[in-house]
Amino acid sequence: MSARIGDYAIVGDCRSAALISRGGSLDWLCWPHFDSPSLFAAILDERRGGRFLIAPSGTFRSERSYAGESNVLVTRFLTAGGEVELTDFMPVLEEQEAKSVLRPQHELLRIARCTRGEVEIEIVFDPRPCYATIEPRIESMGKLGLRIQLPGSGLLTLRTDAPLGEGGRARVTMRAGDELQFSLSLARRQPAVLVPFGERGRWMQERSIALWQKWARQTQYDGPWRDAVVRSALVLKLLQYAPSGAIVAAPTTSLPERPGGDLNWDYRFCWLRDAALTTRALYGLGHHDEAENFMSWLLSATNLSLPKLHVLYELFGRKPGRERTLPHLSGHAGARPVHIGNAAVGQVQLDTYGEVIEAVAHSVRCGGKIDNAIARMLIGFGREVARDWDDPDEGIWEIRGYGRNFVHSRALCWSALQRLIDLNQQGHLPKAPVDEFRKARNAVREEIETLGWSEELQTYTRTLAGGDVDASLLLLPWYGYCAPDSPRMLATWRRIRERLDAGGGLLRRYHGRLTAGEGAFGICSFWAAEYLALGGGPVAEAEEHFETLLRYANDVGLYAEEIEVSTGHALGNFPQAYTHVGLINAALTLRERVERGKSALQRERQKMIPEARA
Amino acid sequence: MNWTSSLLAGFVGTLVLTSLEAGAQQLHLTRMSIPYLLGAAFTPNRDRAKVIGFLVHLINGQLFALLYVAIFDALGEVSILRGAMIGLGHAAVVLLVVMPLLPAMHPRIATLEQGPTNMRLIEPPGPLALHYGLTTPLMVIVAHMIFGAIIGWLYHFR
Repeated sequence: MSARIGDYAIVGDCRSAALISRGGSLDWLCWPHFDSPSLFAAILDERRGGRFLIAPSGTFRSERSYAGESNVLVTRFLTAGGEVELTDFMPVLEEQEAKSVLRPQHELLRIARCTRGEVEIEIVFDPRPCYATIEPRIESMGKLGLRIQLPGSGLLTLRTDAPLGEGGRARVTMRAGDELQFSLSLARRQPAVLVPFGERGRWMQERSIALWQKWARQTQYDGPWRDAVVRSALVLKLLQYAPSGAIVAAPTTSLPERPGGDLNWDYRFCWLRDAALTTRALYGLGHHDEAENFMSWLLSATNLSLPKLHVLYELFGRKPGRERTLPHLSGHAGARPVHIGNAAVGQVQLDTYGEVIEAVAHSVRCGGKIDNAIARMLIGFGREVARDWDDPDEGIWEIRGYGRNFVHSRALCWSALQRLIDLNQQGHLPKAPVDEFRKARNAVREEIETLGWSEELQTYTRTLAGGDVDASLLLLPWYGYCAPDSPRMLATWRRIRERLDAGGGLLRRYHGRLTAGEGAFGICSFWAAEYLALGGGPVAEAEEHFETLLRYANDVGLYAEEIEVSTGHALGNFPQAYTHVGLINAALTLRERVERGKSALQRERQKMIPEARA
Repeated sequence: MNWTSSLLAGFVGTLVLTSLEAGAQQLHLTRMSIPYLLGAAFTPNRDRAKVIGFLVHLINGQLFALLYVAIFDALGEVSILRGAMIGLGHAAVVLLVVMPLLPAMHPRIATLEQGPTNMRLIEPPGPLALHYGLTTPLMVIVAHMIFGAIIGWLYHFR
């Protein structure tokens, strides 16, 4: 039986990531980058996707954890005869250390140690490059290891002290004290670096743990949920592509949002929609380098499409290729189709302007500067919004087919214009046409308050003059559109709970044809906790809600995009940055609420938006 | 070698090359800005970097103009076409040699091996500078051919 989504854990090096199951099987790896074709894809097709398994050959039970606050995974296999500990990681070094050692361009290390008794280990090394379209020939180079030529002059090398032949399979009996090392590496356009065994692997493990722990210690959060917050920060860090600063939504494609269903998308891209919340999470935790790197990517990536914004970009800010299906892959647990690329790139999402402008405004609040080029860019965005705010769009949930008039999109247009006016008043955007922006902002608010509010249902609605709600409306106070305890917002919260509450603290995103059978949305559930923390409810209720949601993480603290309501299992791409961003932001707001009280929090919010209630 | 003529040709050629690059940026054809990349080696301030980079670029242009002129002298012939061909070779060196080496030499350009703690902020150009946009190589080739053609044209009338 294939592993469930929540059975996986992630390891990576901020350029790519691998998913390893509780059973010791490396079932997903795209090298050299997050969005490269896969080398192992058993997570999407157990039979032909390709895997790299290291596990006891007989019956076993496994326990796993990360080595402290690090991204080094330790899986303990317990059998009747003994115990084996498997350590998985992509080696990472401090800059000075990295300059002093020769190492492969891309490497994943797996170290198996028998800690008690005697255990027979099964090893299966079965790479299937290019999304399993290639069944490669494994060549044995004797003591130099196994090698596989990849298309485009790449070379995959496995060096190991295990007796692994060209078949890529072996069974080895390990006794207490025995150790086996497996160094999987990729060389591209350069000769491969063949690493030694033994001490070097242990040194890499020690240095990698030290680096991650040092980074985690810089996280400025000492609240009661530090473990969950730091794990989320480590996930976010892993998903940030260091050479450009982009943050991928998730390292996987096509993990189903409904079991066996067809809501399967490629998330190995960067969504502008996530910008504001992600920036707030990184700055809020004190990870300014990562926040600035992300902002740098954001401003550079959008350069080619200015003043229009695409919905998503690839790692270097280019437009992703067209969406394709891979019919030869059976999908995770039979959920077809498997997609690569994402057709949402061609959509219109007006909320992205609000997200990007809020991200820049937040960086300014944290000490960032707006230079002439950024100022021109922001003013260009403002003019787009002032002109197009009443156009229909595909909205935050990227509903394919045709555009609608989403209230959330309108509110984010309001936020975009309001933030630009704020920046002008603070002296950061002296050339902004504020009269034009004020006029448009007032018109947006007028429309939301008339057509986006239902007197009959007593709620802000999902679409203008609509009859239902959407969990994204919980963000209205977050963007300063209204106070969390305003009568209209409190009424909307009541309606959202009535309509979207899935039980157990979980929220669905909305009710629609596409959402039938899908799980509850992780980020929406955390939005609810943050809404309560912002002032939508008592602090005790916010804390209780947040703590309930923490129970849905898997055994190593990871969340997918969605949570299956009946079982609590993870659904959708995994691990998902947006859900972890939601967790971090809810925890940060809760901390502020507890430390400074509701009124101080609301006063600060109001200070941020001097004209919000004008 | 006619120094006055070669310096004038270098100055005009560099101005035109810089204008072409800036125009390509404003038309959203590329994110590459040579003045910014050069200036960012000296300062993280984007506005100041562009000014410093522009001055450095002008000096570079003069030096390259002297190199072009030296090639004309060695070949014993100067023409617009010959200048454009030298410009094509120049662009090839920029795209195939200089751009891939840039991350190793520049203090603020990230490398593809970067991470997790080394956080240089400027994205690397990648093969043929394609990370700065798909039309970047074409833009570099056209701009350098025009640079060479201008030098061939102005130096011709010495």
